[in-house]
Amino acid sequence: MKESPYEYQVVRGFTFSALFWLIVGLIVGLWIAFEMFYPALNLTPWLSFGRLRVVHTNGLGLGFGLAGIFACSYYILQKLTRTPLVFPRLARAHLYLFNAIIVMAALTLMAGMNTTKEYAELEWPLDIAVVVMWVMFAVNVFATLIKRREKQLYVSLWYIIAMTVTIAVLYIVNNLEVPVNLFKSYSLYAGVNDANVEWWYGHNIVGFIFTIPILAMFYYFLPVSTGLPLFSHRLSIISFWSLIFAYLWTGAHHLMLSPVPEWIQTVAIAFSIFLIAPSWGSVVNGYYTLQGNWEQIRSNYLVKFFILGITFYGLQTFQGPTQGLRTLNSFFHFTDWVVGHVHMGTMGWVTLTISASFYYMIPKISNNQLHSIRIANVHFWLILVGQLIWTVTMWIGGIQQGAMWKATEPDGSLTYNFLDALASLYPYYKLRFAGGVVYFVGIVLFVWNIIMTIRTAKNQPLNANKEV
Amino acid sequence: MGVYSKPVLFAVLSAAVILVGTVVTVFIPMLMPSTQPVSDYVKPYTAVELEGRDLYIREGCNNCHTQTVRPLRTEVLRYGEYSKPEEFAYDRPFLWGSRRTGPDLNRVGGKYPDSWHYKHMQSPQGMFEKSNMPPYGWLAEARLDTRYTRKKISILGYGYSPDEVSAQIEAYKAKVTDAAYESKQSRDEVTPEELRGELTEMDAIIAYMQKLGRDVKNLEAER
Repeated sequence: MKESPYEYQVVRGFTFSALFWLIVGLIVGLWIAFEMFYPALNLTPWLSFGRLRVVHTNGLGLGFGLAGIFACSYYILQKLTRTPLVFPRLARAHLYLFNAIIVMAALTLMAGMNTTKEYAELEWPLDIAVVVMWVMFAVNVFATLIKRREKQLYVSLWYIIAMTVTIAVLYIVNNLEVPVNLFKSYSLYAGVNDANVEWWYGHNIVGFIFTIPILAMFYYFLPVSTGLPLFSHRLSIISFWSLIFAYLWTGAHHLMLSPVPEWIQTVAIAFSIFLIAPSWGSVVNGYYTLQGNWEQIRSNYLVKFFILGITFYGLQTFQGPTQGLRTLNSFFHFTDWVVGHVHMGTMGWVTLTISASFYYMIPKISNNQLHSIRIANVHFWLILVGQLIWTVTMWIGGIQQGAMWKATEPDGSLTYNFLDALASLYPYYKLRFAGGVVYFVGIVLFVWNIIMTIRTAKNQPLNANKEV
Repeated sequence: MGVYSKPVLFAVLSAAVILVGTVVTVFIPMLMPSTQPVSDYVKPYTAVELEGRDLYIREGCNNCHTQTVRPLRTEVLRYGEYSKPEEFAYDRPFLWGSRRTGPDLNRVGGKYPDSWHYKHMQSPQGMFEKSNMPPYGWLAEARLDTRYTRKKISILGYGYSPDEVSAQIEAYKAKVTDAAYESKQSRDEVTPEELRGELTEMDAIIAYMQKLGRDVKNLEAER
């Protein structure tokens, strides 16, 4: 067999990293889900909820999510440019630095070194390492794009470029801080400004990590795994520009009814509603790509991952703007409803799409068939059911919690004290944990399936990075 | 299709597009003093309160507790006067939080005596059987580290001289180690014998709890 000219070793390395951090992050998630109704599990300071929660969010968001994104981006980049990575050794250094950062992130967060700014909790030395890591990635992306053999840039590449540029702006601006010592720093911004910067970052880091690059995967892997051309190129152009334009205005919908100036909140609401359009542009593009070929959802096991994934994306991008409306927000904000919302995106859209992308990509780069389509199908149903139990439980719990916080007696006094509302949620927390276990079993099957696919690959030099 | 075959131009265009919303909703407000007003009635944290705040950060208390009371009827009933922008002028970082697994703390200062906090931190479940808050008794087993306090205060620009910082620390230590301290019994119950004459991390985090919302309450009392 002809040797592939492309650099696949780093793709495989990031795939393994993603799977490893996925398992670690989910175990931490299950642990803290148990702590929510069984506080005796807060055994040591290192395992207390306040410290572990950020290990969970960083471990999955940065560890699993980013590694999956880097794996797929390196693959898509080379395929769509028909050009091998310009700096393969830099990419491998990127892989090592990435994993070193995640290990250090987990350890320092467990040691209580954190800035508290959500999804930007890492202290300043690690922030610098993160920036270096992104620069390493960006250098390869742009060098390969410049050297490319395929003239036209396909949609997925736009999303990868936009991610790279925007993450740089977001990450650097939000993490500007004054060091006290190696382990402690203070934000450059105070109070209201700090909050406004943080949620501009917090909202958009979700957008430019959990939306933009996942859409890059969707736009590439759906057509190649179905053999169907993308429904509308023009729609993808409109969706892209309006999405990246509108996203940056909406951060303050996380700060509704807070001391942040009211006009910023109102502008955020308006743009949030507007965002439904470009988000659904991608959903429509995905659905219509399958037009006339819907039988593939039965015959091609990957299609249901992508279609359910983009469906959850559609639901997510509708639910998000509605819960940003002032009236609804005053009810839902600070409750478990929001926790359910986030997890529909991450456990539904993001994980389904990354799973299917790996299932397509790994056999290709290993010159092998997938180990078992049957296991992939079981994996699909387990993570779908697990996620639904998880999120629906949190939505119902959130509604109950919001209602109990607001309930008043005829004389105007509060009906419930805070603890009544909390205690009423324990059955939901237990059910949520059960949903998490179902989901975790599905993920274990996924990891097993990918590992077996690589292990049983015919002896093939995977990293053939010589020129053809 | 010019821009779709020019990656560098494409990147520059993308950057320009994302910067519009950023400049309008984040950068411009930052240059407007009205976004973060400063008011005389809000006092910066004292040295011990600041150390307590840093412990609140270290333990990730913000993952379960918010510090913004919204201008809603039931919220004001439950917690007190809603949060005003000027209260946060000295907050770096802000600690508003995003999830209320536990109650809001922006008005907790003065709500309970120190003794209540010592007992509650030691064993939340001892006080409220159904609470799911982790116990923090071990904070009383650690001496408060004040090596960086002066540097922190100077970075934050609170305006206390190094001597004033030392005096604040000594004064708080004198208060909680005094035989006449009104919460002495509870403090002694949670603090190991060898640390009873020292400032512990528990002392500092309670000092911080008592600061939250105090300036607003003082202002209300004056009126």
